[in-house]
Amino acid sequence: MTKTIDKNFSMPKCFNERSKPSLYCPGCGQSIFLKHLGFIIDDLEIQGKTTLGIDIGCSLLAWNFFNFDIVQTHHGRSVPVAVGYKLSNKRRIVMSIMGDGGGYAIGLQSLLHAAFRNNPISVFVLNNTGYSMTGGQMAPTSIPGEITTTSPSGKDPKNSGKAFHGPELIKQISDNSAYIARASVSNPIMLQKMIKKTLENQIKNNSFSFLEVLTPCPTNWKTTASESFNFLSKMEKEFPIGEMTKNEK
Amino acid sequence: MEKLSYITGNEAAVLGAIEGDAESFFGYPITPATEILEGWIRKAEENKNLNYLQTEDEIAAGFAVIGALLAGKKAFTATAGIGHVLMQDPISMAENERLPFVGIIAQRGGPSTGTVIYSQQELNLASYGGNGDGLRIVYSASSVSEVYYLSQKVFSIAWKYRFPTFLLTDGYLAKQRVNTKLEKYLKPFPSSKILREMKDKPTHLRNCYGSEIEFANILKRNIADYKSLINKVAESESYKASDSKYLIIAHGSVASAAKDSVDILRNSNVKAGLLRPITIRPLDSRNIRRLALKAEKVFIIESAFEQFARMIIFKVPEIANKTVKIYKPAEGFTPDEIASLVNEKI
Ligand SMILES: Cc1ncc(C[n+]2csc(CCOP(=O)(O)OP(=O)(O)O)c2C)c(N)n1
Ligand code: SF4
Repeated sequence: MTKTIDKNFSMPKCFNERSKPSLYCPGCGQSIFLKHLGFIIDDLEIQGKTTLGIDIGCSLLAWNFFNFDIVQTHHGRSVPVAVGYKLSNKRRIVMSIMGDGGGYAIGLQSLLHAAFRNNPISVFVLNNTGYSMTGGQMAPTSIPGEITTTSPSGKDPKNSGKAFHGPELIKQISDNSAYIARASVSNPIMLQKMIKKTLENQIKNNSFSFLEVLTPCPTNWKTTASESFNFLSKMEKEFPIGEMTKNEK
Repeated sequence: MEKLSYITGNEAAVLGAIEGDAESFFGYPITPATEILEGWIRKAEENKNLNYLQTEDEIAAGFAVIGALLAGKKAFTATAGIGHVLMQDPISMAENERLPFVGIIAQRGGPSTGTVIYSQQELNLASYGGNGDGLRIVYSASSVSEVYYLSQKVFSIAWKYRFPTFLLTDGYLAKQRVNTKLEKYLKPFPSSKILREMKDKPTHLRNCYGSEIEFANILKRNIADYKSLINKVAESESYKASDSKYLIIAHGSVASAAKDSVDILRNSNVKAGLLRPITIRPLDSRNIRRLALKAEKVFIIESAFEQFARMIIFKVPEIANKTVKIYKPAEGFTPDEIASLVNEKI
């Protein structure tokens, strides 16, 4: 059973306190995700066995977020670094965290091939429907009609495609033993459960494990707290939350 | 009699890397470097301590090399031409984070897909290809036995000084099968875990900085480290150069042809000599300067358009007026050809 947030601790034990308060904007879904990830790492007692590769995108802000080894890579390249590291150090639990631009645009080739080869790493793609670090450009995940700095009249699916569904694509080419799911920071209990499975599937089944997490970016969405959650609900309609196993009907 | 092995340059690279304690290889096929990938995989099937992955492209190969380096493995890649272009993305990360990245570059004709055979046009790319200042160590081999020797040495140099280190060959060297002396490199330097897996003192490696001042201090330290290795790493070979009136400066396969041209020229009483940089980055400027200033005329010969000449003349600008630059981009030279080109200009 997944323990939910331990009320005695406002911060996960594996956090690097010196890096707090973190550089993430107030209300950022990415820092909410990182906090839940921290609690699960505490819960599984794997702080001493974990290595994290981060991307360039807002995930780069996590370069010293936890008290375990972290390497900041390039935009879209945290997956091949994680693949090479895991191949060389099979006992470590290896994670990669990146944005949807890193995962589904510049780094898609490596993400798909890691899934296709069933490399035993845990990959987290944080979907905020845009390129946040660079100031809110359109991403493959932007929803039709969404206004961004590079789709000022709203994303036109005729030119730019609809909203990119990562886990659904990865499911097509991954091994039956892979874990593939989508969570949202709006539902922390389910999010924690899925983070746990994304790590456990690497540990127990030695298989590729993938979680997309829907995360608000109030800064680039230019939303208040309640507007952020309204847009997150809209995202949840576009990107259904849940686990995608190979054998489901 | 010393024992010789009848092998190709690419086979020598694989054997040398193994002798140099390499453990991991990541790559993507490209002529004329492909046999290094194939040869490594054959060796890895016999020896379970060696691992490898044929990746989806050169970018992933380079970043997977980085992953293996972080785990403390002596890891490398081999590529050429346009694959070498893609490889600059991971190499620039290695340059920033001071990772002991090793690459064997079998040069082919460029730009673009060019030819699959031969050139010396990847000198600039190997030396200065990233979006930084080119803090890299670059060797150029001129024979198959030197490919073997340097393929061992690059790993020790990379791990000792923590700068990306490359060995340049070319399609002629990579594919020729010759009797080869297998000389051991006697000063192996060990690898160690870069991500140290310590719970109390985690390693946090970054390449992105928020402040110009903070980053400038890191670059200053890297430049100082690079400058202090120059005298220890820079090397060159000279052949009949100490009394030469006409000094040829060449590297790699061109230098091996030029060595024969020196003998041809000497036989007709032309006092020629050869200076062959073994390291392109850093250059052995002291030796170049010493011999080039003494010579009446200097010939810089290369299979690229003045890439090598620019590097040499930058180090010894005084020789510019007495230097003849001879270049045939992506084409080789024969000894007779070099001898007559020199004869024409003296
Ligand atoms: C090769 C390369 N191209 C472009 C950039 C500029 N860049 C930095 S972050 C980023 C987009 C990040 O978007 P995403 O991956 O969705 O992450 P987010 O910032 O939204 O978390 C881009 C394009 C880069 N760092 N590297
Ligand atoms: S820009 Fe957006 S994604 Fe980046 S830290 Fe701020 S809120 Fe989070």
